[in-house]
Amino acid sequence: MKVAVIDYGRGNIHSVCKAVTQLGAEPVIAAEPTAVSGQGIAILPGTGAFSDAMTGLAARGLDTAVRGFAAQGKPLLGICLGMQALMTQGDEGGTRAGLGWIPGTTRLLRAGGRKLPHTGWNSVEFLRGSDLTAGIPSQTYFYFAHSYAVVPEDGFDVIGLTCYGERFAAMIGRGRIWGVQFHPEKSGRQGLRLLANFLSLGGDPR
Amino acid sequence: MTLARRLIPCLDIREGRVVKGVGFRALVDAGDAVRLAAAYDAQGADELAFLDITASTEGRRTFTDLLQRVAEQVFIPVTAGGGVGSVEDAGRLLRAGADKVTVNTAAVDRPELLAEASLAYGAQCIVLAIDAARREPGRWEVFTHGGTRPRGLDAVEWAVKAASLGAGEILLTSIDADGRQAGYDLGLTRAVAESVPVPVIASGGAGSAQHILKVLTEGKADAALLASLLHFGRTTVRELKSVLAAAGVPIRAC
Repeated sequence: MKVAVIDYGRGNIHSVCKAVTQLGAEPVIAAEPTAVSGQGIAILPGTGAFSDAMTGLAARGLDTAVRGFAAQGKPLLGICLGMQALMTQGDEGGTRAGLGWIPGTTRLLRAGGRKLPHTGWNSVEFLRGSDLTAGIPSQTYFYFAHSYAVVPEDGFDVIGLTCYGERFAAMIGRGRIWGVQFHPEKSGRQGLRLLANFLSLGGDPR
Repeated sequence: MTLARRLIPCLDIREGRVVKGVGFRALVDAGDAVRLAAAYDAQGADELAFLDITASTEGRRTFTDLLQRVAEQVFIPVTAGGGVGSVEDAGRLLRAGADKVTVNTAAVDRPELLAEASLAYGAQCIVLAIDAARREPGRWEVFTHGGTRPRGLDAVEWAVKAASLGAGEILLTSIDADGRQAGYDLGLTRAVAESVPVPVIASGGAGSAQHILKVLTEGKADAALLASLLHFGRTTVRELKSVLAAAGVPIRAC
């Protein structure tokens, strides 16, 4: 099965590709709109700043392509900055509109004097079940490296919470669009399980 | 919920093989790097460190190839270093699959390198490695060039300066304790950990789970680097973690 890994020129997409390969699927690096729309399932990775990501997506016409992809009900997973890009807007590097799939914003983590970026293994408490967390216990540790966090308007969009100075949404989902603030591709066995759960949706159009 | 303390197996690589020494000398072969990396990942290691101790250009290429092979099959963060002298060197290791890069001698020679590398790739992936030896009670001196050259720098002062320049983490090795498996230098670790606003990885001296417990509690370290204790099969990451978890240390279950 092929998976579009959306490449908007920001950050390391290779670890995501290697994890996808390890799980028996074929990553297709998608740097232009047709490469995204041609696939049935996609991952939106990314590290860096919010406004920078939106500029990178828009410059390649990938923002429209990703919106269209998601509108067709195809499964999409945003990782780290890719998750933040799913929100209505972000304020890293100036206020900027996001892809708008999940109502809410992205803002600096209120870490209460703790070190930023929030880097390391932290636990995620699952508030509800989801296809992606099947077989993964609540309070599982995942690997984080970020300074900003998403703030969804609708609590039902929040699947998992993590605490670092404040409780923030570490995992969100609406329909077949998901976002994780942590890096499943760097989170060992449980991270791979989450990715495998996501990839299993690729052969199951609804 | 809190950040877990980390256990980081460290693989010193020479000509593509894992080696381990005592007090930075008397190296012995400790096995195949890719096989060991996969084993430690399976045991529940939180991160892996690879340090290139080869001097030759050919050895550097071997190391980059090795890093690529490891990154293909290990899905936890990887830190790599050894001989990083420029922002380009750091970029080469990051492109080969490392998530973080350690800088040592070159940063002592030219501290601005930390600021440049941190600006280019983000502070979270720049790790300053310090090799230090005790000079008098409460004072430790920084050594470079694989622990052979004293630099007249105080280890705590250097760590503070490095963090302000952009080092996102300090990998602190006690030359006195390294390879002896008689415990970490708790005084050194605590002195640095209490002075810098970034995580400290304690290195050198792990011989038992109790040593690790001590450095993560009394020593105030955020993470512990392990080598001899694991390479020669005396224990596993899993066994160590169960002891730490039972003692109440926040640890990622595996």
